[in-house]
Amino acid sequence: MTRDTLPSAAAQKRAAELRTHRIAFGLMALLLFFAPAVLYPVFMMKIMCFALFACAFNLLLGFGGLLSFGHAMFLGSAGYAAAHSAKVWSLTPELAILFGTLCACVLSVGAGLLAIRRQGIYFAMITLALAQMVFFFSLQAPFTGGEDGIQGVPRGMLFGLIDLKNPLAMYGVVLVIFLGGFALIYRIVHSPFGQVLKAIRENQDRAISLGYDIDRYKLLAFVLSGTIAGLAGATKAIVFQLASLTDVHWTMSGEVVLMTLLGGMGTVFGPVVGAALIITMQNYLAQLGAWVTVVQGVIFVVCVLAFRRGIIGELGHWLRKPL
Amino acid sequence: MTEIFGIPTQALFGQLLIGLINGSFYALLSLGLAVIFGLLNIINFAHGAQYMLGAFVAYLLLSKLGINYWWALLITPLVVGASGMVIERLMLSKLYKLDHLYGLLLTFGLALIIQGVFRNIYGSSGEPYQIPDALQGGQNLGFMFLPNYRAWIIVASLITCLSTWYVIERTKLGAYLRAATENPQLVQAFGVNVPRMITLTYGFGVGLAALAGVMAAPVYQVSPQMGADLIIVVFAVVVIGGMGSILGAITTGFALGLIEGLTKVFYPEASSTVIFIIMVIVLLVRPAGLFGTQK
Repeated sequence: MTRDTLPSAAAQKRAAELRTHRIAFGLMALLLFFAPAVLYPVFMMKIMCFALFACAFNLLLGFGGLLSFGHAMFLGSAGYAAAHSAKVWSLTPELAILFGTLCACVLSVGAGLLAIRRQGIYFAMITLALAQMVFFFSLQAPFTGGEDGIQGVPRGMLFGLIDLKNPLAMYGVVLVIFLGGFALIYRIVHSPFGQVLKAIRENQDRAISLGYDIDRYKLLAFVLSGTIAGLAGATKAIVFQLASLTDVHWTMSGEVVLMTLLGGMGTVFGPVVGAALIITMQNYLAQLGAWVTVVQGVIFVVCVLAFRRGIIGELGHWLRKPL
Repeated sequence: MTEIFGIPTQALFGQLLIGLINGSFYALLSLGLAVIFGLLNIINFAHGAQYMLGAFVAYLLLSKLGINYWWALLITPLVVGASGMVIERLMLSKLYKLDHLYGLLLTFGLALIIQGVFRNIYGSSGEPYQIPDALQGGQNLGFMFLPNYRAWIIVASLITCLSTWYVIERTKLGAYLRAATENPQLVQAFGVNVPRMITLTYGFGVGLAALAGVMAAPVYQVSPQMGADLIIVVFAVVVIGGMGSILGAITTGFALGLIEGLTKVFYPEASSTVIFIIMVIVLLVRPAGLFGTQK
């Protein structure tokens, strides 16, 4: 009896899990591909941008156990960088998005180095304070347009060939970015690096005693998360042709926490579902004004008190499959 | 007009005074956060909302019931503190066995609810609150004009902070509290009702926030947003000072208020970010905070 012929129970389980995830991913891709036929493309693009943002956030919270309360700084600053480079420097959209993502990456290295010096609740407070600093910087800096933001950003020609003013072309780009980002996060989580990250989340001291340099793992997780959040923000700025203070404000940092919590922390598909629900809710309740905030607060409280696995987490628990 | 470093003394002392006032609020709020954190191990994200609630309760007491400032100063912390105790009993107490982050998320949700409700009723613009008659006017100190009410804030906040410090560090009740912070099981075994103590402590911390809110009402406008941005600054203050020490929280609060005031005079562009910049420097030099100990 060799290992080659009879795979271990764990490997079998892993293969089954991979199969489930592949089917779910295929379904999601299919749904998103045909969605513009029934749903407003801009609305779907908004959902995909926020879903990618929430997935990036979940990489840090769900798998690294680090609660950042300042993730809006990556979304917003990447948005500003992409908008500025597309509008003022006339970069093509793919370069503008790349530049925005790069800026978020640099910012996340700086913020990460500071934030990982403290743990738990302090980590959350530090990231929140750093994000507030970025907010004030965005309010005062000459190129961000203050309260107005950067408006009328040209969508431009992708690779100088495809006109993104066509909503379906833009939709295709966002779809590719979202699915690519999602697959990247999935790959990170299921890599050896992701396993170490989970080990640190579960028992930091044991991870240290096993010889892992946990600060390096935490920093890398933070940078990856911040960079992908930046990718989402840069894409969003090109789609909506706007970069504004809303995206750097702390309420946005809170919203991404809510999306992840509602969908299911530490699940693969939860943040996507959470983002879709929250964006849809904001869309339908928009005329209610400040009540949206109240509803979001209530969802927070209910999720924390009674529903900590989130929607996908509960579903996975019920189906006995990690989703 | 006399000048120091090319700045008119009037402006310099005026800004220092404003800094000291802001510092009073930072101290009161970070003190409340530290007291709550000590025993409950959660960061009370709703602290800013409860500060706002304090200001609104004082405003409602005056405008609906005609109850004046001095009574509001007494009633408001009790009312808001009691609401805090209800929250602790009904919600927070369910989370003590879980990761501390859930407490943060829950109180964040509560803050959204409280702020959202008040914004629906009162809009984003502020409501004015009259300075009480006894504290109208001011003193001419020769080098600057000191409004009575502002002097009162500084004195009242100092008294509140120092008496809190005295109770916690020097009385038997405080000794129980400190013991429960160290080892709740053991204190419980000695026959102290720890869950009740936790409830009262949360109520007390929230009451401090409400007291700060009442004192702030005549200075700033009473508005639903007044606590939202303030609490983030207070978080930075807490990171700088470290939450291990009561006196540390008080000192850091006042000192950062002064530094912020000075920045407004010498480099106004940085006045909104200076506290965060100091936080970054402290994190680089002394990650545990000025008065904290690294666990």
